[in-house]
Amino acid sequence: MFPTPIQKASPAARIGYQVLLPVALMIWLIPLIGVAVTSLRPASDLAAGNYFGIPSGLAFENYAAVFRDSPIGWYILNSFKVTVPTVIGAVALSCLTGFALAVYGFRANLWVFFAFVAGNFIPFQILMVPVRDMTLRAGMYDTTLGLVLFHIAFQTGFCTLFMRNFIKGLPFALIESARVEGVSEWRIFRYIVLPLMRPAIAALSVLVFTFVWNDYFWATVLVQGQHAMPVTAGLYSLNGQWVAAWHLVSAGSIVAALPPVLMFFLMQRHFIAGLTLGATKG
Amino acid sequence: MSDTARSAGFWKRNQLKIAPWAFLAPGAIMFLLYVLIPIVQSVWISFHDWDGLGDKVWIGLGNYVELLDDDTFYVALKNNLIWLALYLLAIPMGLATALFLNQTVWGIRLYKSLFFFPFVISQVVVGLMFTWFYAPDFGLFSQLIKWLTGTEIAVLADERFVTLGIIVAGLWPQTAYCMILYLTGLNNLNPEQIEAARMDNARGWRLLWHVILPQLAPATFIAMVVTVIGALRSFDLVSIMTAGGPYGSSQVLSYFMYEQALSEYGYRMGYGAAIAVVLFLIMMVFITLFIVRMIAQERNR
Repeated sequence: MFPTPIQKASPAARIGYQVLLPVALMIWLIPLIGVAVTSLRPASDLAAGNYFGIPSGLAFENYAAVFRDSPIGWYILNSFKVTVPTVIGAVALSCLTGFALAVYGFRANLWVFFAFVAGNFIPFQILMVPVRDMTLRAGMYDTTLGLVLFHIAFQTGFCTLFMRNFIKGLPFALIESARVEGVSEWRIFRYIVLPLMRPAIAALSVLVFTFVWNDYFWATVLVQGQHAMPVTAGLYSLNGQWVAAWHLVSAGSIVAALPPVLMFFLMQRHFIAGLTLGATKG
Repeated sequence: MSDTARSAGFWKRNQLKIAPWAFLAPGAIMFLLYVLIPIVQSVWISFHDWDGLGDKVWIGLGNYVELLDDDTFYVALKNNLIWLALYLLAIPMGLATALFLNQTVWGIRLYKSLFFFPFVISQVVVGLMFTWFYAPDFGLFSQLIKWLTGTEIAVLADERFVTLGIIVAGLWPQTAYCMILYLTGLNNLNPEQIEAARMDNARGWRLLWHVILPQLAPATFIAMVVTVIGALRSFDLVSIMTAGGPYGSSQVLSYFMYEQALSEYGYRMGYGAAIAVVLFLIMMVFITLFIVRMIAQERNR
């Protein structure tokens, strides 16, 4: 293990480490802690200049006000309407593409694979004008469906990379022996490979959920009005309305950040497995 | 032989050739339609003058020529380079954090998750957090600076510091990302090699440099990829924190493109597309390097 386990160090170093941990964490999370505290600070505190002192009370009222006086609840609903279908669509498509690229040795295989990988790295701006135009023409501008279709297509790139490598790691003998038995390719996929892909599906679902929930660029490019606006773009426009009302901005920020955070804590193992794919040789 | 039997025979014989394309088709068509074809279309549009509604007017390299004369373009290009250089700091910072946290003491799992936290939060929220952090009068950071130096600096309103301030906000989640990559790498080290090196009296920095880092190479590679791509893609933070200001001093190509294409003074899709093509070409240099390396790895399997 590297570095040397702290248990082997002197007692003083061990205590020092245990003290340093929470201190370092506090410093690391200062922006977050600051915003969390501000979100619970009564507006009167801010007006009186009490920015850093002990809040005069806990103003859960700020959260109530955010939901009552702004469409943030609606924005969050929109975010779910974009995110959930995208997760389902992108994971489903990439199960198929990943299977195709992992199992069959056709000539264009690597080229197709690297087209997916490369597409995943390009700047969004090179897609912006044509995708916006296409969405407009299809009558899907300013709808959640327009966003969903784009996100499914784009996320399929990353998901294919992931699924393909995952299936490559499965024992190929399983597929070969099924073929010898005369099982059709579709049934091999459906009944042999797909059940083994559960961990990959879980990992990708949380990752895609987080990526798409946090998307801001496409939310501003493909949506204009309130009725389809996801919470990232919504929060930005609310920030313009709540000039210097930092207690509301903070509360809104926390609300917008919460779903992916919850997702992360509930599915942590899968999340990290997905994110660190390829970070080890194994 | 009946028709159905013949077609079944055809399917049986050719199943292995057709199946991959059948499995690929839905995903590949979507990807083609929304990602690959639009790249070509953007290049095409960049040779035109187009407001997004009327007819496109062919102007050849006109947009690119205009770009060469546009001061904002150079500011954005310069800032993109600064982003790229400073963003790479996320890699050593992430490694340092991972080394700090790679212990087995009580509660360490929770510490690791909480250190990773910034990456899970939307960049919009990160941008708002740091805007508050930097805010003159009541921002924590500006208070700290005031206390240390006696003068107040409005980071996001000061042309000298604004880009730096945004990059720091970006480094926060990016360091967390690199940290998690390295933590996974550290978990999978080869213990025998380390023990052998320790027997040879390799300690600390020497051990890290000669034994640990080579084993962490796959994590470093991924950290490089995501950090370089992240730096050049930076859009959200610039849009949220400054919208490219003050006076365009924090522009980057991605935001400049967006601003020109959907400008409030009339849409300039062709000009925007030209900026996007430049950004795309810059990124293609890196993407090609990454892909070449990945192909080499693929062949070694």
